[in-house]
Amino acid sequence: MSETVAIRLIVNGTTVERGVQPRLNLVDFLRDELGLTGTHWSCEHGACGACTVRVDGEIVRGCLIFAAQLDGATVETIEGLTESGALAELQAAFHARNAVQCGFCTAGMLLTADALLRREPDPTRETIRAALSANYCRCTGYHAIVDAVADAARERAKRP
Amino acid sequence: MKAPPFRYARPRTLDAALQLLAKGGGEARLLAGGQSLVPALNMRLLEPTLLIDINGLDELNGISESRSGVRIGALTRQAVLGASDIVARRAPLLTTAVPFIAHEAIRNRGTFGGSLVQADPAAELPACVVALDAQLEIAGPRGRRCVAARDFFKGVYETALARDEILVAAEIPAQRGVTLFLELARRQGDYAIAGLAGWAALQHGWIAEARLVFFGTDIRAVEAKTASAALPTSLEAAIAALDRDLMPVADINASAAMKRHLAGALLRRACAKVMARAA
Repeated sequence: MSETVAIRLIVNGTTVERGVQPRLNLVDFLRDELGLTGTHWSCEHGACGACTVRVDGEIVRGCLIFAAQLDGATVETIEGLTESGALAELQAAFHARNAVQCGFCTAGMLLTADALLRREPDPTRETIRAALSANYCRCTGYHAIVDAVADAARERAKRP
Repeated sequence: MKAPPFRYARPRTLDAALQLLAKGGGEARLLAGGQSLVPALNMRLLEPTLLIDINGLDELNGISESRSGVRIGALTRQAVLGASDIVARRAPLLTTAVPFIAHEAIRNRGTFGGSLVQADPAAELPACVVALDAQLEIAGPRGRRCVAARDFFKGVYETALARDEILVAAEIPAQRGVTLFLELARRQGDYAIAGLAGWAALQHGWIAEARLVFFGTDIRAVEAKTASAALPTSLEAAIAALDRDLMPVADINASAAMKRHLAGALLRRACAKVMARAA
C-alpha cells in the first residue's frame, strides 16, 4: 500500500504540491514535509489541542485530518499567522502575562483563543475558560492564559 | 500513535460511494468528519484497508426547511448545525445541544450524521433526534429506506445501519413545546455522565405533555416513556417512573445507581428551569 495521493493546497499563502501517503496526518505533513514545526502533536486523538491549525479559515485538530483530504484547501499555521500579525495582540498578552512556560501548548492555545475572539470579541472569563477547555496546558494552571486572552480582547477592541 | 496504512478513495457521487462500500466488504470505512474514526485509527482500534472519503458528496450536505420541519444532511458540520437559523426555528433542541459537543475545533469537522452512526451512548445528537421523532433516510444497494430515530439506536456503537449503507439525512418534524436540555460532565466538552434531551408543552402553568430522552445512562439514548407520561401529573411520580424506563450501566465515571440518581436530578432541574422561564 505505497500508493500516494496527489494534493495541491495553500499553506501560509504558498501553494504546495505533494504526493502523500493516505495515512499521513496534517500535523506530520506540516512538520516533516514542510518543516513547519510550530504546530505540535501530542495525544494524537483529538483531546489535547496542541495540533490546532486553521483549515479554510476554521480551527481544526491537525491530528484528526489526513493531508490526502486537503487537496484544494487553505491551511494556516502558527508560522503564517504570526507573520501576518493576526495573533499579535494575543502573543503580546501571553508574553506580558507570563502565560507561557514550556511553550508546548502555546500555538494551539493562541489559535483557539483567536477563534474565540473572532466569534466573540468581548468574552466573559467563563466563556474564555470554556473555549480553552479544548486545549491542555500542563504548566501554567490556566489562570495566566485566561488573563492574557482577556487582555488581548481589550487590545483588539482598539483596532481601527 | 499513527493510523495504520490504508487506501484512500474520494468518490464524487453517492452511488460511487455505495459501490466502493459494497466492494470493500467489511474492510472499508466511510470517512466523514473523522472526529471519532481517526482517533480509533490512531489508537489502532480499527485497521480498515480502504477509507472512503465522503466529504465531497454535496447531496449529503446542507440544511433546508421542509413543510413539516427541517431536513438536515448527514454531512452537515456540527458547527453549521449549531449556527443555523432554520434549525433554531424548527428544532431548537439541536441548537441548545450543539455547544455541549466536544469543542469548537471538533465541531468544525465533526458531522451531524457521523455522530448519529457512531451511536455513542453518551453523545448528545442521538438523544436529540430520538426526542424530536426524526426519520433517518438511508441509502444502500437495495435503494432508499427510512428508519425512525427511536428504532435506529441499538446499543453501544450499534445502529440499524447495515455495513453497505450510508446515512443520507434526517427529516425532523417541527419541535413542539419548549426545549429541555441538560447534561452533567466532568469538564466542558466531555461526554456526558448523564444527560436529558427533550421538550415540554406547557399549559395552565405546568407541563401538559413532555418527551424525555436520557443519554449517558444506558447502552443507548433511551426514551423515558413512563416518566414522560407521568410528568403532567407529578414530578415525583415521573422521577420514580425512571426506574421502569432506564437500565443504567456503570462506566468509568459513575456507578449504575449514581446514574439513576443523576437522571432524576436532571429531570428535577430541567422542570425547575422550564417553570422559572415560564413564570
